Amino acid sequence: MTTLSESPLFALAAARIRTFMREPGAVFWTFGFPLLITVALGIAFRNQAPARFPVALVGNGAASSGSVTTPAADLVTVLAADPALDLRVLPEAEAAAQLRRGGVLVVVKGGIDGASPSPSPSPSPIGARAGSVEYTYDPSRPDAPAARRAVDDRLQRRLGRRDVLVTHDRVTVVEGARYVDWLVPGLLGMQLLSGALWGTAWNIVTARQRKLLKRLAATPMRRSHYLLSFRLAGLVFVPIQAMVLFIFARLTFGVVIHGSWLAMLALSLLASWSFAGLGLLCAARAENTETANGLINLVTMPMFVLSGVFFSSERFPALVRPAIRVLPLSAFNDALRHVVNDGASLWSQALPIGVLLAWGIVSSVVALRLFRWT
Amino acid sequence: MDMDDVAIRIQGLVKKYADVVAVDGLDLEIQRGECFGLLGPNGAGKTTTIEIMEGLSAPTAGTVEMLGRRWTRDADALRARIGVALQETKLFDRLTVEETLRLFRTFYPRTRALEVDTLLAELQLGDKRRTWVQKLSGGQRQRLAVALALVGDPDVLFLDEPTTGLDPQSRRALWDTVSTLRSRGKTIVLTTHYMDEAEHLCDRVAVVDHGKRIALGTPAALIDDIGGHHLVELSCQPALPAATFSDVVGVRAARSSDRDDDGSAAGPGVVLSIDEPHVTLPALFERLAQLGARPTRLVSRTATLDDVFLSLTGRTLRED
Repeated sequence: MTTLSESPLFALAAARIRTFMREPGAVFWTFGFPLLITVALGIAFRNQAPARFPVALVGNGAASSGSVTTPAADLVTVLAADPALDLRVLPEAEAAAQLRRGGVLVVVKGGIDGASPSPSPSPSPIGARAGSVEYTYDPSRPDAPAARRAVDDRLQRRLGRRDVLVTHDRVTVVEGARYVDWLVPGLLGMQLLSGALWGTAWNIVTARQRKLLKRLAATPMRRSHYLLSFRLAGLVFVPIQAMVLFIFARLTFGVVIHGSWLAMLALSLLASWSFAGLGLLCAARAENTETANGLINLVTMPMFVLSGVFFSSERFPALVRPAIRVLPLSAFNDALRHVVNDGASLWSQALPIGVLLAWGIVSSVVALRLFRWT
Repeated sequence: MDMDDVAIRIQGLVKKYADVVAVDGLDLEIQRGECFGLLGPNGAGKTTTIEIMEGLSAPTAGTVEMLGRRWTRDADALRARIGVALQETKLFDRLTVEETLRLFRTFYPRTRALEVDTLLAELQLGDKRRTWVQKLSGGQRQRLAVALALVGDPDVLFLDEPTTGLDPQSRRALWDTVSTLRSRGKTIVLTTHYMDEAEHLCDRVAVVDHGKRIALGTPAALIDDIGGHHLVELSCQPALPAATFSDVVGVRAARSSDRDDDGSAAGPGVVLSIDEPHVTLPALFERLAQLGARPTRLVSRTATLDDVFLSLTGRTLRED
């Protein structure tokens, strides 16, 4: 222990870990915030359709038939009994407003003249005196056509339509194919990229601005030790980040790692090492934190969009996809998704691993050439 | 090895930046075991000079030889043998005093490095050892900076403006520390724009202005050179020219001045360099009476390095 604490490299890494842990804001943004994103996106994009379709029911206002003046009491009875519908009886203007805002999916207007609730579960046909109903909805809105069909089916069946084909539903959820299963590896990638860049570049540039770099350069400290200490500290942070995220995703959304945890951790460490090279590059010359901030965003933002964090890179034109695939974050996300979602082995991911290694080595070499201590 | 008594030899040092010449042909020899001061106003090139000596900046021209070695060849060996306190370094805010010292200690060869407890005691930081750097006062921070400069038991200690911005008490405490180090025979190079600091701490002083050395010597010799250890500042009604007093007994030099020692305007007046106030002052009053002039302000004081600078440049050290 004595020899370890007297090694400058370990002492620098320990200083880095200590100062980080004493900064509650940094701890939250590194460990807590990604969990909040996971929860928010996991809930927003959960796969099951909304439990009930919100539907507005308005009166047949004109009362042209003379028999229906209130907001179609018979319709209310029929539709309210459907568990798939969340029925709201509204004035016409309010219903239109809700439709615009997405508060309801369909506005149902009209009446079924003379229909009265039948005491028997199998209603008798009413025939030509069934009345008329108008559906207002925007078919481009997700779930609106389904909601319209649900209302229509309910009414048609209630008024006597018979389904002639016997069908059976077998409901199943394919594990690992939900959005949240796909999302979590990408979130880890995003977290590691921003952690590595802010963790190295921001700290180095702050130290330069505060003349701490210059002070360190005046000691016999080996300069490579200072730069390596950031990556050494990452060996402590990265496994914690990755474990916390995957354990949390397991507990809240049942996200399962189909490959091995060790492969997941190994990939995470490699990615963080590789991303830290980009951090060094951002920090090599920047004189102040404003410049560093801009450079970090310049590196991270495009990758957050292109490298398949929130949505698949397959959505981009085939022409640019090969270029996207060689971005370091794309390489990590691809490899980790294969390990986590498909149970792939580490060895099968040689190509993305090679991409990460190449980025790490090239960016570090260039950064060291450009680096300014004083 | 370096048998010679010179710790640092600087020859023809020049440092040019894009549009300024910060150091303009400087020659210095700093002896082993002396406390050497670079005295000059802000922007005189003191920090540039000391940072070249510390190996943090490369000169445009000229050579620096320290402990018989050059930065161009022996940088690593030199760094292990010097201690540096920069002008205002912000350390790791959230490390404690002790953690910071232990960290810096790991950078030095184990055979040289001093014990952390010794340094804490010597710099009166013992009760602050578990305090975050962020929470230290200015004086404590500066003492920590000196402790960090000492952790490798350096042969040469560099202090750049060590007391700038400190309250008088902290300043005194730091002077005591530097005096102790000096009495132990450590070679110390410090920059300052406080003439009292240079007088109090330094064996020899180089006065620099616009990147050039304009005077060199012990503080006492430099003061002697301007003629007279005492100065009399006089304003009178009606105002009289300096020449009026140049033949008063004991006056070695007389010049007109439009400012007092604090740099604030005190109306037109004269400054007389004298040796013995008890001889010259009665004669001065006699002269004023003869001319029917009434003194509106009269100050007699000992001369300082500020007066040296003023007599050399026509400006005070505090002017920018």
